[in-house]
Amino acid sequence: MYRYDEFDARFVRERVREFRTQVERRLDGSLTEDEFKPLRLQNGLYLQLHAYMLRIAIPYGTLSSRQLRQLALIADRYDRGYGHFTTRQNLQFNWPKLKDVPDILDLLADVEMHAIQTSGNCIRNVTADHFAGVAADEVEDPRPTAELIRQWSSLHPEFSFLPRKFKIAVTGAEHDRAAIKAHDIGLRILRHPGTGEIGYEVIVGGGLGRTPMIGKVVREFLPKPDLLSFLEAIMRVYNLEGRRDNKFKARVKILVHEIGAEEFRRRVEEEFAALDGPSVNADPEEVRRIAAYFAPPPYEELPERSVKLSIAQAAHRDFARFVETNVSAHRVPGYAAVTISLKPIGGVPGDATSEQMRIIAELADRHSFGELRVTHMQNLVLAHVRKDELFALWEALDAAELATANASLVTDIISCPGLDYCSLATARSIPIAQSLSRRFADGARQREIGPLGIKISGCINACGHHHIGNIGILGLEKNGAEYYQLTLGGDATEKAALGERLGPGLAAEEVPDAVEKIVNVYLEKRAAGEEFIATYRRIGIAPFRQMFE
Amino acid sequence: MALPKRPPLPVILIANDLVDGEVVFRTASGWSADAREALIAGNAEAADALEAEGLAEMNRNKVVDAYLVDVVLGDDGPQPRHFRERLRTLGPSIRTDLGKQGRSGETQGAQHVPV
Repeated sequence: MYRYDEFDARFVRERVREFRTQVERRLDGSLTEDEFKPLRLQNGLYLQLHAYMLRIAIPYGTLSSRQLRQLALIADRYDRGYGHFTTRQNLQFNWPKLKDVPDILDLLADVEMHAIQTSGNCIRNVTADHFAGVAADEVEDPRPTAELIRQWSSLHPEFSFLPRKFKIAVTGAEHDRAAIKAHDIGLRILRHPGTGEIGYEVIVGGGLGRTPMIGKVVREFLPKPDLLSFLEAIMRVYNLEGRRDNKFKARVKILVHEIGAEEFRRRVEEEFAALDGPSVNADPEEVRRIAAYFAPPPYEELPERSVKLSIAQAAHRDFARFVETNVSAHRVPGYAAVTISLKPIGGVPGDATSEQMRIIAELADRHSFGELRVTHMQNLVLAHVRKDELFALWEALDAAELATANASLVTDIISCPGLDYCSLATARSIPIAQSLSRRFADGARQREIGPLGIKISGCINACGHHHIGNIGILGLEKNGAEYYQLTLGGDATEKAALGERLGPGLAAEEVPDAVEKIVNVYLEKRAAGEEFIATYRRIGIAPFRQMFE
Repeated sequence: MALPKRPPLPVILIANDLVDGEVVFRTASGWSADAREALIAGNAEAADALEAEGLAEMNRNKVVDAYLVDVVLGDDGPQPRHFRERLRTLGPSIRTDLGKQGRSGETQGAQHVPV
């Protein structure tokens, strides 16, 4: 994992001290809310429906056990004993008091964390594939790239007041687990088909919200050393030409759409050619220094197959099912990556209690070199577990009610906080997730249905990624009541697609039956071994719509 | 710029406390976390006065984001008509142990809009 150097540590501490004085000035009346609001937002502090909310950055979703324990401590001391993992791989506390926030930030700084750039019109926390460094299909670990971008974009003087917020995601694998085409910039590390050199495919102008767009490729292959100057060229074009007159048309996706991908590409290349690359690009020595932090942990040499695992799978049915759904292939023989589902049946997607955080931290120490990942699916991952130890890990998870075997299945639902917490929301989303989770609680049925991503947002801002859900659910308001629009066929992967509206909106209580009907159409029409999204692509939306006529 | 549309009467004044962010209601003598103690404005003049107090209290840095909310009057006091504001007077519908509803007495009798 990356460790703060002297500069990082001083910068974060100074920022906490600065914010402490800003809070003091707000509380003594020296600063008005209008003056204070941009300052608190720059430190991740929102005012939500019931209380303040603090959003803490977890860069590219990588977290140490020590950090997770500190988050648990903060949850107990200053919040209500739990935290919420988000679709940007961050963590939110829903109940901090303004007067306590500087102390919370100091506790975060103690473990090399902060809440900077988790809000505002700046480059937000960079996200990455949660199986970074361990995925069997990976060309290169995306985290050194993500860390480089984090350092470059932190308090970048030119890009701290952009037309609108800006989100970057990086993957190093063929299979996109980071939804890079739904980001302002998506980077995919790949090998040049001719030379074998490692570089980036650069995708710009993806995004969800009220005007969802799939990103466009602006560079098929960018040599690695040119990364920062190319990003700087993109940001300059956007900063100069992105709209500032209308916040709903201010994201880079609108600029790319309005001038066309070809013209946007031309302007970026022109800016890139004019930039003094060497003065912007990272020093190769610094790139090596950063990469060294992400060196693989000291794996043991193990056989690929674990006899112990096979015996346990044969003896314990529930464990075997957990392995089937929540254990993923690892590039190192004898190891596996384990998804800890934060989606218990009927639970709140992404919520973890302080006690669960401590248990997971302990399990990370015992089984995964003290390191964890937060996924954009709102789950946690132990990325380096010996296959021999999977059963012991499962037993401990099961005892803590953390062994729900549903990763990527129909109850592994993404849900934004919705109107239960969020001041922007137009409808509740968590209760919909809970009712669907209960409806499809039966494990055998879930496995029969297979991978199916339901994503729920409580407003058009789409924090719950509903546009790219295989089944997307959007909560809206009409005539003083909540109602829900369903979309089908969205896809967050390398085959990214936006879902298509199924039909008229539904009342909350109608949603589970509607999803059930959709699932039944799929089960009836699917070919052997075909996942929901493949069936949808083959048969289109018409057979699903027929069920609602 | 046109002024935001006044909600239908009767109304109460709702805001967040500056220090802890808690949802508070304007009363005859200050602010309360209990909606049952909220001052109810039943005519335009009273609503204007309540709104002006909200602005003044924001300028005095006591509260943040004060605005009028239309309510229905019942045995348990004023209850916001809109489900969003009703959620604010209670707490998250999915965690009834949290927020005002989690504290005994404060929201007795009040119910979430069912989902």
